Amino acid sequence: MKVPCTGRVDIILILKAIENGADGVYLVGCLEGDCHFLTGNLKARKRVEYAKQLLDESGIGGGRVEMYNLSAAEGQRFAEAAREMTEKIRALGPNPAKQQGPRGQGAKRTALEPSNP
Amino acid sequence: MIVANRKPFEEIMDMLKPYAKILLLGCNECVTVCSAGGAKEVSVLASEIRLSRAKDGIPVEVKEHTLERQCDPEYATEAKPLVDECDAVLSMACGCGVQSVAEAYRSKYVIPAVNTTFMGSSEEQGVWKERCQGCGNCILDRTLGICPVSRCAKSIFNGPCGGSQGGMCEIDKELPCAWQLIVDRLKEMDMMEKYLEIQPVKDWSTSRDGGPRKRIREDLRI
Repeated sequence: MKVPCTGRVDIILILKAIENGADGVYLVGCLEGDCHFLTGNLKARKRVEYAKQLLDESGIGGGRVEMYNLSAAEGQRFAEAAREMTEKIRALGPNPAKQQGPRGQGAKRTALEPSNP
Repeated sequence: MIVANRKPFEEIMDMLKPYAKILLLGCNECVTVCSAGGAKEVSVLASEIRLSRAKDGIPVEVKEHTLERQCDPEYATEAKPLVDECDAVLSMACGCGVQSVAEAYRSKYVIPAVNTTFMGSSEEQGVWKERCQGCGNCILDRTLGICPVSRCAKSIFNGPCGGSQGGMCEIDKELPCAWQLIVDRLKEMDMMEKYLEIQPVKDWSTSRDGGPRKRIREDLRI
């Protein structure tokens, strides 16, 4: 899901992704200090921390949400982050809130679409 | 504004245990401004409840709705169609809102989702501090806008006490002594003569000590 800045990512977007069946969510923002909007990525990090707390208390596990900071020139690091997150989520197993049943039938796997593309 | 804090999630889930259809009711007034129970907090808590129940395999239906003002019967009764459909109402309003909703729907179990904490103002984004205790007899003119009732740990009227050290209160090294603030302000405004007026013992009967209070404006009654 593309957003103009990670500062746009509201906490509810993260929770909805998990509610809709995502096993994990990670935000990739600009390097700290390099935000075009000054503090968007710093705000996003705080929201990720809050989302972790909420997911921990609801028993889903805060480890399913992470924040990465990269520059637009770090394609390799981007791929690394994706691999790292994939491995982490594999180790954690499927989202426990996913409805039981054969894959693709119970769990809703809808991708979040920007409301105003 | 009234400042509230969301209750611990575990406590909320414990109260919700017997119920499957829940109406999560927010309020657009104070609890929205202090980010405790507005539409946004309603959507976040609803999501958390759904996730928690889904994880445990316990069915739940959470309807989300935010009233303009829960502490007003006129608005509280607006939610009737939604209240009728649910097993329990989880209110994110302050204690006044919870009571209005409980009064409006006498056969419905109404659960508070927040702890109403104090009357305060916002100091900066995300920080709220207590500023008023509703003592019923305001003396802010004499203390130049700094309330000794709510901001002094002892609520004293002729301070500071001996616990004021370097301008800070003895209960917390980061809490400014209200009386130090008052004296500083009196000096700034060259009004130190007000400090010399000894305040008489406060009559607390206008506060909570006189029992629940009521205000009536006859000209507004229908």
